[in-house]
Amino acid sequence: MTTEVTFPVQQQELQSFSKDRREPQWFTDQRLKALDQAEHLELPNPDKTKITKWNFTSFTFDPETEATASYNELSDAVRTLVGEENKVENLITQKNGITTYAAAKAELKDKGVIFTDIQTALEEHSDLMEKYFMQAVTADENKLTAAHAAMVNGGVFIYVPAGVKVEAPLQAVYAHEGNFGLFNHVLMIVEDQAEATYIENYLSEGSGDQATVNIVAEVVLGREAKVNFGSVDNFADSVTTYVNRRGQVNGEDAELYWSLGMMNDGNTVSDNTTYLHGQGSHADTKSVSIGRGSQVQNFTTNVIHFGKDTDGQILKHGVMRDRATSIFNGISKIEKGATKANGEQTERVLMLSERARGDANPILLIDEDDVTAGHAASVGRIDPLQMFYLMSRGLSRLESERLIIHGFLEPVVGALAIDSVKEQLYDLIERKVY
Amino acid sequence: MTKPSLNVKDLHVSIEDKEILKGFGIDVKGGEIHAIMGPNGTGKSTLASALMGHPNYEVTSGEATFNGDDLFEMEVDERARAGLFLAMQYPSEVSGVTNADFIRSAMNADREEGDQVSLMQFIRKIDEKMGTLEIDQSFQHRYLNEGFSGGEKKRNEILQLLMLEPKMAILDEIDSGLDIDALKVVAKGINQLRTDDFGCMIITHYQRLLNYIEPDYVHVMMQGRIVKSGGPELAQKLEEQGYDWIKEELGIEDETVGQE
Repeated sequence: MTTEVTFPVQQQELQSFSKDRREPQWFTDQRLKALDQAEHLELPNPDKTKITKWNFTSFTFDPETEATASYNELSDAVRTLVGEENKVENLITQKNGITTYAAAKAELKDKGVIFTDIQTALEEHSDLMEKYFMQAVTADENKLTAAHAAMVNGGVFIYVPAGVKVEAPLQAVYAHEGNFGLFNHVLMIVEDQAEATYIENYLSEGSGDQATVNIVAEVVLGREAKVNFGSVDNFADSVTTYVNRRGQVNGEDAELYWSLGMMNDGNTVSDNTTYLHGQGSHADTKSVSIGRGSQVQNFTTNVIHFGKDTDGQILKHGVMRDRATSIFNGISKIEKGATKANGEQTERVLMLSERARGDANPILLIDEDDVTAGHAASVGRIDPLQMFYLMSRGLSRLESERLIIHGFLEPVVGALAIDSVKEQLYDLIERKVY
Repeated sequence: MTKPSLNVKDLHVSIEDKEILKGFGIDVKGGEIHAIMGPNGTGKSTLASALMGHPNYEVTSGEATFNGDDLFEMEVDERARAGLFLAMQYPSEVSGVTNADFIRSAMNADREEGDQVSLMQFIRKIDEKMGTLEIDQSFQHRYLNEGFSGGEKKRNEILQLLMLEPKMAILDEIDSGLDIDALKVVAKGINQLRTDDFGCMIITHYQRLLNYIEPDYVHVMMQGRIVKSGGPELAQKLEEQGYDWIKEELGIEDETVGQE
């Protein structure tokens, strides 16, 4: 038996919302169809975490935010993340889905790169949007992907044409406030032999109303394309988050690097799946998480190998304190025909308190003989002998713990592909652990 | 400045309810080097661990003061900041923390905000000390003891000793696993510290190390306490004749303690 949960947005409201945004008809139709699906489909079923009672349906659809265009109107928190205005290169900031600031280097446009918000993309690049939007992640997967397709109200579209290498990172900062239901979509298309780095930050502003955020990111790579995708999620404890980041590595020898800092304080279910279709393609997923308070989190990372000679790496480290609970599922799946594929994964959880819970589940699913694969997992507490050793040199208990925690996360954070994400995480870890 | 002093009286220590130290006593002052010798299983390492505050050892009775303060009332880190140092026989490995970061944090542990060791000062000092100990530069950037060989771990303990310059050091079998050349290098480092402001207890099986660091006092431990004390000539005699003559002299049949 399932309890009927309905979303606070009805057909008519969605229709007029779409019209106000001057969206193309195909998109409006897709919204309405998805809304219907959202009412009937089941919630996703993350392994070992029960999310049926989580708040995914109680929110308001009114962003209560005005579009602004000046750097000075951004909040301090956002400005800290983006740096000084004269150093800003390619940046879009949004609050509750409304663009509050945008900047892009002239050379982006010259090279045919598109870096714009979803609403503008629908107006100006409807054909590209129609071709790719909700194709890697589809509306009919579950209640939340359907809800996303129906109610998407924020996000960005990135298109990098064949052969174009974007040097400066494309950065997006998404602020959330109040009990707004944010449905944020990132669509990133990187064509053959193109390269780009995208960095996103999610953060909470203002008071701690109960709210839900639903994020879908779709990243599509052509032949020999290379993408660095970095994100730091940092929502407050009152925000329930569903986040689904998916890589569609279609081209031969393409490379996708995920650097994910999962720093939310609220309940979070995260799915990060990469499909390796292109022969010789490569996926590298690194993520760190710190759990605190009484939050419950589920992080599932999948790398699915279809192409021959594909290489998939999963590395996840999490630190749990207080009464936090986190499940780390890692799945390396090698399909029949993906000969010479290699799938490796490591999940490690360090628990700082008696009441913290952590679970690491590495899973290898292999349907092909001629492959290599390996996994490692550990769940444990701080070793009292390590503490004795560090304290015997004069470091306080707190400082010793801090060193051990940093050391525990260092193999992931220190190896992240994007320096600015690395630095932000060092800073956030410091603040979240103490 | 008064000389540092470590005073241990009638110390009893247990591990998992087995009594290992049974009435151990010693006084060590600045400027003195005491060698604690004895066969395996006589409680030497228990002594070192208990004085530093190892979590597995329980002090059941007796007392120890360091510069007049009750050692057993202090946390491990407080003992260290007061100037006590233990070079461990089996130091822990800590992944993800570089040797340099760790040592610098330790040096700054008892310094006020404005009085921290600067990066330049630190580099100059660690370069010098690594030179003394003939340690490769890569040492600093490796994770703390991770993947270190036995000998490298020992040298790393001595490097920390030279960097932290404690007032009182206990060296727990720092010579085991070192070849003769390494032994000389380590001894040179320790000899650099010899002043009236530094006292030292060297725990060892063998007289070998004492050829290079001449002790002022030599004590022999059996059955969890000191059974004989003397000067450097005692170590020499032990080297030549072993421990059996002491057992005979004292009528001890089994010198070990807490063994099944």
